[in-house]
Amino acid sequence: MKAKTHFAFFDEGSKKEIRRAIMKAVAIPGYQVPFASREMPIARGWGTGGLQITLSIIGKADVLKVIDQGADESVNAVNIKKLVQETTGVELTDQTEDADIIQSRHRIPEVALTKEQIIVLQVPEPEPLRKVEAREYMTKRMHSEDDYSGVWLMLFEQIMKYGKTATAADHPVYVNHRYVMAPSPIPRFDNAKMHQSEALILLGAGREKKIYAVPPYTNVESLAFEDYPFTVESFEGEHCHLCGSTAIFLDELIDHQTGKTIYQCNDTSHCMDQLNKKEKAEVQTSYA
Amino acid sequence: MGYVPVKGGTQAIEASIKRLKFERLKGKEIIEINTIMSTMRAMVDQVMSESSLYSPYLAALAIKQAEGSMEEAVFLMRAHRSTLPRPYYSQTVESETMFVERRISASFKDIPGGQLLGATYDYTHRLLDFDLIKENTEDNMQWLQNYQEELQNIEKLDELMYFPKVVDYLREEGLFEKHEANNTPPIDITKQSLQFPTTRSERLQVLTRGQTGAVTSLGYASLRGYGQVHPTVGEVRVGAVPIYVEHPNEMEQSKEEEFYIGEITVTEVESFVPTKVKNENNEYELEFEIGYGICYGQNETKAIAMSILDQCLEHTESDFPTHDEEFVLLHIDSVESTGFISHLKLPHYVTFQSKLDSMRQVKKGVQKIES
Repeated sequence: MKAKTHFAFFDEGSKKEIRRAIMKAVAIPGYQVPFASREMPIARGWGTGGLQITLSIIGKADVLKVIDQGADESVNAVNIKKLVQETTGVELTDQTEDADIIQSRHRIPEVALTKEQIIVLQVPEPEPLRKVEAREYMTKRMHSEDDYSGVWLMLFEQIMKYGKTATAADHPVYVNHRYVMAPSPIPRFDNAKMHQSEALILLGAGREKKIYAVPPYTNVESLAFEDYPFTVESFEGEHCHLCGSTAIFLDELIDHQTGKTIYQCNDTSHCMDQLNKKEKAEVQTSYA
Repeated sequence: MGYVPVKGGTQAIEASIKRLKFERLKGKEIIEINTIMSTMRAMVDQVMSESSLYSPYLAALAIKQAEGSMEEAVFLMRAHRSTLPRPYYSQTVESETMFVERRISASFKDIPGGQLLGATYDYTHRLLDFDLIKENTEDNMQWLQNYQEELQNIEKLDELMYFPKVVDYLREEGLFEKHEANNTPPIDITKQSLQFPTTRSERLQVLTRGQTGAVTSLGYASLRGYGQVHPTVGEVRVGAVPIYVEHPNEMEQSKEEEFYIGEITVTEVESFVPTKVKNENNEYELEFEIGYGICYGQNETKAIAMSILDQCLEHTESDFPTHDEEFVLLHIDSVESTGFISHLKLPHYVTFQSKLDSMRQVKKGVQKIES
């Protein structure tokens, strides 16, 4: 009764099915392609959409990196990595540059990605219009009719109520001037990284059974008004207390000793990189 | 290094998994798969039903591994299901061919074939049976022997009898419309995701694999007032139905050449629901429609609730949420609902930081206006 799992967990038929959905998604940037999402050995809502994409595209020679909200060592990232490695035996890495496939929850790495890489984003709610309209039947229609007045109105109402747009993560974007797309709950800070990205961006929503994509060199614009331009999270005047980096997305922490607010790189692999570079430089200068 | 909240995840996970195993083993008792299969029938049935995988053996294994957690056991089975290729679709099952173990009607006392109570908790007094604490094999064997002996004295029919459907009797009376059999092949919802509006085959599949509690709750809500379906149970039947598949590469198919691959136990319900329809003279007339419920194993509450929801979703013109197919069908799946609820336990550091920033910016703006 004991059965060994197939390479990359799925049977080949399922993988093909998912790859077909991916091809369609790449062909229609920003369009949500429905697919028969499989139940995975990790819970729905814990990255099963991303995981299904990763498992269906991964080959034996690929190197995989998995991050969860910026961290390689976060419990769920570790869990996903473990599953993929157990069923495929592929090499894992923390280094963004070394990865062929990067599966991520809610962050795009600080290091610019290349055309050799694919980033797979996990998506909890693929429908950017869901806040405006609860029914799938209606939102699908709105997309096909290019009717995005609801989502514009939502931003407008925020301006009326709060004096500015008050979106947090998952700020909607226009893809290729056609589809309004949920970029997944990446911070607004990361939206710009999608625009004209060299790497292929695949987005998977397992529970909602949708796959969509931003192919390389595609225009991605965050929704905003001329007089109320799009703004990103502000870390003005702050830097990472470990590596000193600025102009990156920071985690806000409380120093247990002093009780003061300190900041630290959210992208842990980037932070490590910066620290290593610094140390190398210090060693070199001390010997010189 | 300073405070890094998410470092050390690998070791923490390993320790947690070890702890979980400890919790299962620390009582130093082992429950055998066979024990679960023969003593926890209802649970095995429920797991098979919610996971859409008919295998009492695997369900028992899942229950053992999950320490009896329903959602966990269903989850394990569903994940296992994803690894199985699906080479065949079975032939349509005619439920008249059911080997009936239990069959009742709440609509008619005297149904053709008669009422057959079978095994049910319905008429037991729900009193804790303290005798079970010191139950022993010897007494049980004795009881079984006596029971067999009692059965010897009962008069037997020579032939196997099949029970006709209660509704057939009413159809003959003209109380139910006779419909053409709809032989459109069903859409497999595990191969194709739901598209709205759905077909009935899709709806029935989602309902039958729905979480028992969720299906029951929504069915109850509809019955209590948040819905417009007030059924009478025409027939509940529990029993085994045979499953056949076609010869995979024979071009000409005949019934005789189909392969029998086994039988499955199901609960099937047909509810009678009076509905208003317009006749030729544009006047309202009352007519009965059938709400259909079916699920693996014996789970009558779920099957009846399903029959209510099936009928609700046939009438989307009503404004109640129980008549809204997206509301019902997208929220009753065990793996989906428990998964998304539990994902709230994942770190949300980035998203929360983003929300904080947004709120601070808004607050700044408000202060400016005041000053």
